Amino acid sequence: MSLTMAPRPAEKSEKSRPGPRRGGAGTTSRPALGLMLPALVPVVLFSVAPLVYGIYLAFTDARSGRNVDTAFIGLENFVDLAADTDFWSSFQIGLVWAVSVTALQFAAGMGLALLLNQDLRLRWLARTLAMVPWAMPPVIVGLMWKLVYHPNAGILNATLRDLGLLSGDIDWLNDFGIALPAIIVVGVWTGMPQTTIVLLAGLQGVPKELHEAAEVDGAGAWRRFRSVTLPQLRPVVVTITSLNFVWNMNEFALVYVLTQGGPGGRTRLPMLYAYEEAFRYGFFGYAAAMGVAIVLVVLAVLGVYLRRQLKDAQ
Amino acid sequence: MVITKGRRAGGRALQYTALLGYLAFLAFPLVWLVSTAFKTSREMARLDPTWIPLEPTLDNFVQALGEQDIIGAAQRSLVVALASAVLVVAMALPASYALARHRSRLNAAALGWVLVSQVFPFILLIIPLFMILRQLGLVNSLAGLVIVHATFCLPFVLWMLQGYVRGVPRELEEAAGVDGAGRWRTLWSVVAPLLAPGVVAALMFGFVSSWNEFLFALILLKDPQIQTLPLALVRFTGPEGVVRLGPLAAASLMATVPSLVFFSFIQRRLKGGMVAGAVKG
Repeated sequence: MSLTMAPRPAEKSEKSRPGPRRGGAGTTSRPALGLMLPALVPVVLFSVAPLVYGIYLAFTDARSGRNVDTAFIGLENFVDLAADTDFWSSFQIGLVWAVSVTALQFAAGMGLALLLNQDLRLRWLARTLAMVPWAMPPVIVGLMWKLVYHPNAGILNATLRDLGLLSGDIDWLNDFGIALPAIIVVGVWTGMPQTTIVLLAGLQGVPKELHEAAEVDGAGAWRRFRSVTLPQLRPVVVTITSLNFVWNMNEFALVYVLTQGGPGGRTRLPMLYAYEEAFRYGFFGYAAAMGVAIVLVVLAVLGVYLRRQLKDAQ
Repeated sequence: MVITKGRRAGGRALQYTALLGYLAFLAFPLVWLVSTAFKTSREMARLDPTWIPLEPTLDNFVQALGEQDIIGAAQRSLVVALASAVLVVAMALPASYALARHRSRLNAAALGWVLVSQVFPFILLIIPLFMILRQLGLVNSLAGLVIVHATFCLPFVLWMLQGYVRGVPRELEEAAGVDGAGRWRTLWSVVAPLLAPGVVAALMFGFVSSWNEFLFALILLKDPQIQTLPLALVRFTGPEGVVRLGPLAAASLMATVPSLVFFSFIQRRLKGGMVAGAVKG
């Protein structure tokens, strides 16, 4: 109560005193701070502080549970990481997953967005359906696809058999070579709609006159897409693909439900590996180091990508 | 001209083929989920599965509700999601007003935080959070989960509400001031009613993100007696694969309902918000 009441006198005194403010528009006025507190305190307590502490843990030998004192060990965790073949393989799997899912989400999402931007029948159905994967809880998306991929009771094998494309059964999520592509399909299914909707909104912002002018100049559909639509969409494209890449790199729940990282670690994304290290084996410091390493790589990849986009734009 | 028309018609056919392909890709897992949920266990065992259940039944729903403490888990999810939604809006509402109305460095900080919170892998947060909550005795407690959920959807809710506050013309507030209404009176009787749709949307967003959340629940709630719905659903699948397909499908369908209601309600607004965010970000 006192917290919410506090802003009033401060606000008044501030208004009646038009004196110079340091930093101009950038100054934090006290009433704003008072109103911010209910949000600021929990964010600092439960996100900012843990994040900072988490980064610190990456440089310690912190273990779960046991009453062992945590010691600062510098870069030791990172040296261990560099030598950890399990980490490298999960890292590689993570990159393959994140890059292919992001690329396919974009390609498929762009295709669907272009279609939905046309005056087609069934457009409403596609729009509605495109909302569903986005709305579904990730755990349920995972469970649902488990039903689809089920070796004997699943619909995928049955359909392929009906089409004469398959004679036996494929155990999609348990096959060493197929499991990763199989989960990539799920990743695209669940993420494509959001990409579509964002791109569609972007498309609707492209002035029609530009297209008409290009058409008069004799540009074909593909040429118009390359030279008119894409440049106009660039900010939206850059943002949505960057976000998708980050989200995909940090994916956990979907794959945890689908395969738990199996078979034989073939779908063990970095976050699944980190989760196991931290909460199955209790290596808190080591898992935190993994988190730091991954965020650095994500930022590096994004940096390169953003810079290239920036160059192309100029 | 004739050629163009012919090419156009060909293009149309191609477009419809592509659209049908998309529809099939989007729909087929969903259709299969629904189909499985209404099948008898006898039909499930058939080697040649059918799309449409031959003898549709509600048994799976009855069984799902009877098993695995699905009702208990759903109740806990409901409590956690409601509490997180109320908590996050209570935290975000004053702050969103401050962000929208006072130009300050906090604006930049808040936007920065929204972005940072997207980039950092959860593992960097969850380990220290787990340690903090353990210190506070909040591991294995729904209260701990509520705090975590509320804090984690705070950046987005803040952003969302701030947009709604900006939508309220400053002139309305000033006019109320001229008419002699005090600051709180103005906020309560002029601003608050106009923000109501935004608050409802934010409550629903908070509810659904908590309802859907899996990872923090997985780490914080070890005791099966207090696990939330997503955890209970995952227990349907053993390590050796899906154990009870019918009840699993039925329970999954039921668990999806709140999210679908939310998204159909908020569809238009969210689209706009996402895009604004995407372009600005």
